[in-house]
Amino acid sequence: MKLESKIPAGPLADKWNNHKAKLRLVSPANRRKYHVIVVGSGLAGSAAAASFAEMGFQVSCFCYQDSPRRAHSIAAQGGINAAKNYQNDGDSVRRLFQDTIKGGDYRAREANVYRLAQVSTNIIDQCVAQGVPFAREYGGLLANRSFGGAQVSRTFYARGQTGQQLLLGAYSALSRQIGLGAVKMYTRHEMLDLVLIDGKAKGIVTRDLVTGAVESWASDVVVVCTGGYGNVFYLSTNAQGCNVTATFRAHRRGAGFANPCYTQIHPTCIPVHGEDQSKLTLMSESLRNDGRVWVPKNTADCAKPAAEIPEEARDYFLERKYPSYGNLAPRDIASRAAKEVCDEGRGVGQVIDGQRLGVYLDFSAAINRLGEAEIRTRYGNLFDMYENITGENAYKQPMRIFPAVHYTMGGLWVDYNLQSNIPGLFVGGEANFSDHGANRLGASALMQGLADGYFVLPYTVSDYLAGVGLSGRPTTEAPEFKAAVKEVNERVSKLLAVNGTKSPRYYHKALGKITWEKCGMARDKAGLEGAIRDLQALRKDFWENVKVVGTGDQLAPELERAGRVADFLDFGIMMCLDALTREESCGGHFRTEFQDAGEAKRDDAQYAHAAVWEWQGEGQLPARHVEPLVYEETQLSTRSYK
Amino acid sequence: MVHGKSAHDGETTLALKLRVWRQSRGVPGHFEEHALAAVPTSASFLEMMDMLNEQLIRAGQDTFAFDHDCREGICGMCSMTINGMPHGPLPGVTTCQLHMRNFRDGETITVEPWRARAFPVIKDLAVNRSAFDKVIQAGGFITARVGSAPEANNTLIGKVVADEAMDAAECIGCGACVASCKNGSAMLFVGAKINHLNILPQGQPERDRRTLAMVKTMDEAGFGNCTNYGECQAHCPKSITLDVIAKLNRDYLRARVKEFFSSTGKPSKGGD
Repeated sequence: MKLESKIPAGPLADKWNNHKAKLRLVSPANRRKYHVIVVGSGLAGSAAAASFAEMGFQVSCFCYQDSPRRAHSIAAQGGINAAKNYQNDGDSVRRLFQDTIKGGDYRAREANVYRLAQVSTNIIDQCVAQGVPFAREYGGLLANRSFGGAQVSRTFYARGQTGQQLLLGAYSALSRQIGLGAVKMYTRHEMLDLVLIDGKAKGIVTRDLVTGAVESWASDVVVVCTGGYGNVFYLSTNAQGCNVTATFRAHRRGAGFANPCYTQIHPTCIPVHGEDQSKLTLMSESLRNDGRVWVPKNTADCAKPAAEIPEEARDYFLERKYPSYGNLAPRDIASRAAKEVCDEGRGVGQVIDGQRLGVYLDFSAAINRLGEAEIRTRYGNLFDMYENITGENAYKQPMRIFPAVHYTMGGLWVDYNLQSNIPGLFVGGEANFSDHGANRLGASALMQGLADGYFVLPYTVSDYLAGVGLSGRPTTEAPEFKAAVKEVNERVSKLLAVNGTKSPRYYHKALGKITWEKCGMARDKAGLEGAIRDLQALRKDFWENVKVVGTGDQLAPELERAGRVADFLDFGIMMCLDALTREESCGGHFRTEFQDAGEAKRDDAQYAHAAVWEWQGEGQLPARHVEPLVYEETQLSTRSYK
Repeated sequence: MVHGKSAHDGETTLALKLRVWRQSRGVPGHFEEHALAAVPTSASFLEMMDMLNEQLIRAGQDTFAFDHDCREGICGMCSMTINGMPHGPLPGVTTCQLHMRNFRDGETITVEPWRARAFPVIKDLAVNRSAFDKVIQAGGFITARVGSAPEANNTLIGKVVADEAMDAAECIGCGACVASCKNGSAMLFVGAKINHLNILPQGQPERDRRTLAMVKTMDEAGFGNCTNYGECQAHCPKSITLDVIAKLNRDYLRARVKEFFSSTGKPSKGGD
């Protein structure tokens, strides 16, 4: 597998501008002759599709939801980072870059992260121009708030619904292009294969979820922005439909999958309540600006109501362990600290399977200081959501929170141009691996999605198309398309034909139990080896005993789930294998064998690289390749937030 | 009236009778009745529906198709009429955020899809809401090409104006307003988008054009007219108020009058 990062030469600060100046262009009159396929309509997908259409390319965009406005970017609550330095608190592009690369525990590609910090300021300008109603100060200027892992206030927000407002901005730009006929939008379509001709990505195969029709689409380039794989854990903060299928299908066609073991566990989610739970709900990290995290000092107090535990019997463990960042310690660190106190038996809330898995997030100090009305203005919708789910009023008693799977830093391997190792396959947003290393800082996912979609892919995809030329596009009559459609049809028939006894959800839950216990917040060699064996057995059981009800020619949610679970089973094995072979701890990847008194212990000499996995065939373990991470201007240091 | 204990401490459960709409594409639909036991009160309404579907799979029967995705009240995909009320009995809450503690043991719950001419049923509880997308495509945007945006803080927007725009922008496009309206009117949805964009300084250049185009498309899509029943406001999960409809009417009237008087009589040379 050839892994050329294609990082431009020159000082970090000049790389992107120099590179842009060298990228080739397609003349405006020729642009309409090229067809660009964009899969996914979240921040990266919508922004990219709208941008390509504005430039004059023919664009087709696909999403599995009933409208592009529903992609899961919409659920991001807290905000988006940008190095505007509006608060005069010493922020700069370089500082945002440094925070992000340190936040990622020095496992991200330096040049990509610098570019992300550079274009962050353009994103805010673009969104404001589209009418995104960011929070404002009375004087009319944009307001900011603080987020984890930073000592400056650089996060822009729209109440607790920043992702919604940014996505609606991108959706409106996309809608305008659909209305103009420049983008053809295909909703309720799921990408089930990537089509390669002479080693280049030239189209996709989709299934129309309403009619069951399997169709193929030819293009000059394919841009995949289909999000992350958090649902491999079954319970996560992802939407129910989020899946790994599009990226995994591309992987099976030869695309390298990088760092699948880098998964983010978000510290502030509502704890699990029972067996039939289908998802976990995030409480925005912004709450940690005003909420204080604590558990009782004594195990004996854990069953008592919070109000009966006196101040001196409370352990504000984040403030105690990380005094300079306190409750705003980065996500991986805050999550592990919560797990640690719960493992010590000091958790709070309901006992499930013999353990109380929860810590308090307490607003009483902030309410005393600022008043309930102010807290309501800042976080009202989050408090309402908490009450809907738990039946508890967080103005009167502390919230209970516990870490949950939230985001995945790993993804398809891409070079500096966001092109995978398959020519013509570009990958944007959470679906690629490039910017967050082993841990993502809060308010950086929205930034990356829009950076890729608005400000990176339009340049790099144009450059690729200029090189393809005008004779390059095949038709769907090519044998490669026919073969791919046949394979997809056979797989659908196979799933329907098993006719066993256990539902797709049964397998999804069983998969999630294995991955969460063995490849979740803490991992070790024996556990991971066991997980791989268990997942292989579960995969075998799935193909022998799954029961998929419904027919292939109508809306068939069970068939959709079965196909996604089948890919998650293969993917889960690869994720555990990646965790097993990375014999160090870094960011969200915590191997209990490699630690310094609870803090992650990196091994830069051996593991300062991205691990990239290559598909080796059905039932085979994938092969591991590496892309060394070269740091030109960053000094690797132990990541400390103390 | 809840009773029964499950495995977890303090957890109570319900036994329910469910009347759920069953419909295949192109065929008239009907209600199916199912009993469902041991539903934890901590479960969400959609988790209850998952339990029903798992029970159906065990019996070898087809599951009920329904739309849902984020399950945290923001994507706008979930769409069930519960006991005659879009998104169920609680104000300001989507179906996915409705929890079973709001129901009683032994209760009969009727579950239907959105009922509206502009939203045809796809299967069971899932409907086609693409008419909403068409309205947005007609004018629900501010034209702002990538690469030409000015510095963000050059446009001052007072907090009061920004907050008012945000109140309207919170609409999740679920369609409960249409489903709750006797006329099947989409005025609350269209009004919310018009208010979000028409109030902001960036939205002024296209204000009239946007309003006329969106209303025209709304009418063509088969939505009814507003006759001030107010059901939309009562069932909107984001608590958007009738206020936005009044402002939509104002902006529409303003745009029509301006359109009428703005013609110079000179023949159009194209270029819009």
